[in-house]
Amino acid sequence: MILEEQLLQVKNLNIIFPSPKGDVHAVKNISFSLGKEKIGIVGESGSGKSVTGRSILRLLPPYAKISADKISFKGQDLLSLSEKQMRKIRGREVSMVMQDPKYSLNPVRTVGKQISEAYIVHRKATKQEAKEHTLKMLEAVRIRNPEQVYRLYPHEVSGGMGQRIMIAMMLIPDPSLLIADEPTSALDVTVQLQVLAILDDLVSQRGMGLIFISHDLELVSSFCDRIIIMYGGRIMEVVNAADLHKSTHPYTRGLLNCLPRIEGGNERLSTLVRDDAWLDADFSAPSVTVSG
Amino acid sequence: MVQFLTKKRFKKATTQTLQLIAIVLITFLGLLLITFLIGRVVPIDPVLAVVGDKASSEVYERARIAMGLHLPLWQQFFIYLSSVLRGDLGTSVLTAKPVLDDIFRVFPATMELAFLATLFGVFVGIPLGVLSAVKRGGLLDHISRVVGLLGYSLPIFWLALLALIVFYAKFDLLPGPGRVDIFYEGIVDPITGFMLIDCILARDWEVFRNALSHLIMPATLLGYYSMAYLSRMTRSFMIEQLRQEYILTARVKGVAEWKVIWGHALGNCSIPLITVIALSFGTLLEGSVLTETIFAWPGLGLYLTNSLLNADMNSVLGSTIVVGSIFLAVNLFSDFLYKVMDPRAR
Repeated sequence: MILEEQLLQVKNLNIIFPSPKGDVHAVKNISFSLGKEKIGIVGESGSGKSVTGRSILRLLPPYAKISADKISFKGQDLLSLSEKQMRKIRGREVSMVMQDPKYSLNPVRTVGKQISEAYIVHRKATKQEAKEHTLKMLEAVRIRNPEQVYRLYPHEVSGGMGQRIMIAMMLIPDPSLLIADEPTSALDVTVQLQVLAILDDLVSQRGMGLIFISHDLELVSSFCDRIIIMYGGRIMEVVNAADLHKSTHPYTRGLLNCLPRIEGGNERLSTLVRDDAWLDADFSAPSVTVSG
Repeated sequence: MVQFLTKKRFKKATTQTLQLIAIVLITFLGLLLITFLIGRVVPIDPVLAVVGDKASSEVYERARIAMGLHLPLWQQFFIYLSSVLRGDLGTSVLTAKPVLDDIFRVFPATMELAFLATLFGVFVGIPLGVLSAVKRGGLLDHISRVVGLLGYSLPIFWLALLALIVFYAKFDLLPGPGRVDIFYEGIVDPITGFMLIDCILARDWEVFRNALSHLIMPATLLGYYSMAYLSRMTRSFMIEQLRQEYILTARVKGVAEWKVIWGHALGNCSIPLITVIALSFGTLLEGSVLTETIFAWPGLGLYLTNSLLNADMNSVLGSTIVVGSIFLAVNLFSDFLYKVMDPRAR
C-alpha cells in the first residue's frame, strides 16, 4: 500500500507540558505522514504516542503547548482552524477509539443514544433515522442483537462488547481517519483478536486511514502496514511491517529481543537497553521514505 | 431466562424496599425516644404549665395523675408512643388547640418559603457551580468562592436584619415582615395554606403580587445559604466529572462544548446533586426558625419559637417530631429518586 493519497501530514510536531518543575517535552520534532493505510505507533509508556494521537484532534488539555510546522489533514492546516471548524473535523473526519470502554462511555446514557448522538452531531438526521443507522452500525461491529443492545447502559455490557460499541460510535459518521489508542489493552486476550478483526475489516472496507497506537510490537506488526517506533518523544525509526525483523536500529532490536518466543531456547531474555544519545540523533525528516 | 431475570430483579427491589422501610421505622422510633426524653429532661414542669403556679397542691396532684406523670418512665414512653402514632401530639397550652392542627395551619408558610428558597438555590447555585468548575481559577470562580464563604459564615439573623434595614427601612424597595401587608390579610381563603396557590385559586392577583413581594426577601436570604452550598458541591462534582474519559469521547465525537458540559458532565452530576438538594431543603425547613422570627413569618419556625418562649412543651416536641419526620421523608424520597435516575443503582 503506497501513499496514493495523502491524508495526514505532520511536520516537526512539538508538544510541551509546562510544569512547576520545568517544562516536559513530551514530543520532540516528529514528522510523519499517512495515506489510506494502517500505521502503527509503538513505544513504551511515556514515549509520547498517545499525546501525538490526541494532538491531531487538538484535544490535549488547554495548558499543553502544541507547535508544528504543519499538521495538515486533506490539505487543511488543523492548527490554524477555529474551535468551531475543528469540531467539524472531530468525529466526522478524524475520530478516536480509546483504551477502556468502561471509562470512555457515558455511564448514565444508553448505548444507543450515545451512538446516535455521534451521528446526529454531523448529519441533519431525525432521531428515527439516527436509530436506524445505529442499529446497522451495531450489526456491522458484529453485535447479534442490536435492538436489545441499543437499550443497554454501558455497565451492562462486557469489555469486548463495550469496545465494539465504541468502534461503532466512532465510525458511524464515516470518518476517513481513525486513531485507535491502545484499543485492546484493557480487554481479555480472548476477545482482543475479535475486536481487532472487526476493526481491521471495517477500516479496510471503508478505505480509511488508521493510526494504531500500542505498546505491543508483535501485534502491530501483524496488523499494520508501517510502524513508527517512538522513544522519549522522538521517532526512532519508521519501518515497513514486513521488514520489522530486518530493522537495524538498536532500540527496535532491543524491543524485539526482549520478547519471548515459543521456538526459542531457554536462554535468558535480554533486557531493553536505552541510550539517551538516540534522543539527540536526527531521525526526523529523511527516514520516512517508503520503499515499495 | 428473561423471566428469571425479572423475577430476580423484582426480588432484589423488594428486599431493598423492605430494608429501607425497616431503617426508616427504627430512625423514627429513635426520633420519638429522643424527643420524649428531651421533654422529661428540660426543667419545665408540664403540670405547672397547665394548672398555673397559683393552683392548690390537690389540683396539681390531680393534673399530674391525669397526665400520667406518676407512672414509670417506660410506661410513659409507651403511652406517648401510642398517642403519637394515633396522630395525637397533645394540646398546645398557648393556643388551646391540638398541636397537630396548629402545625397543619402554620406549616404551609414554612414550606412555601423553603420551596422558593430551594428553587433560588438550584437555579442560581448549580449554574454558578458549573461555570466556576469550567473556568477554574477564573474571576467567576473567585467571586463564587467569596460569595459561598460569606454564605457559610454570616449568621442569617444578622443578614436578615441588615436586609430589612437596607431594602425596607431605608430605600423601601421591598415590603417588611409578614406574609402580606396588613390590609390584605384575611382576604384570601386559606384553602391550601400556601398563600400563592390560594391567591391563584381565588384569582386575586393584587394579593398575589403583594404576597410574592413579601416572599422575595426571606426566600432569597434563605436561598442564599442553599445556593452557597449547592454551588460549592456542584463545582466539586463537575471538576470530578470533567476529568472522566467519557468527556473526551464526547469531544472526539465533535459534540459542542456547551453540550459536553451541560449535557454529559452535568447529567452525571445530577445524581449526587439530588441528595444534596434534598438535604439542603430539609435543612431549610428547620433553619428557617431564625428567618421566620425576624420576618414575623407565621410558619413552623415562628410557632416553635413562640412555644419555646412560653414553655409550651407539647408544641415544641410536636414540631420537632414533624420536622424530623419531614427530614426522614425527604431523605427517603431522594433515595428513591436516586434509584430511578441512576441506571447503575436500578
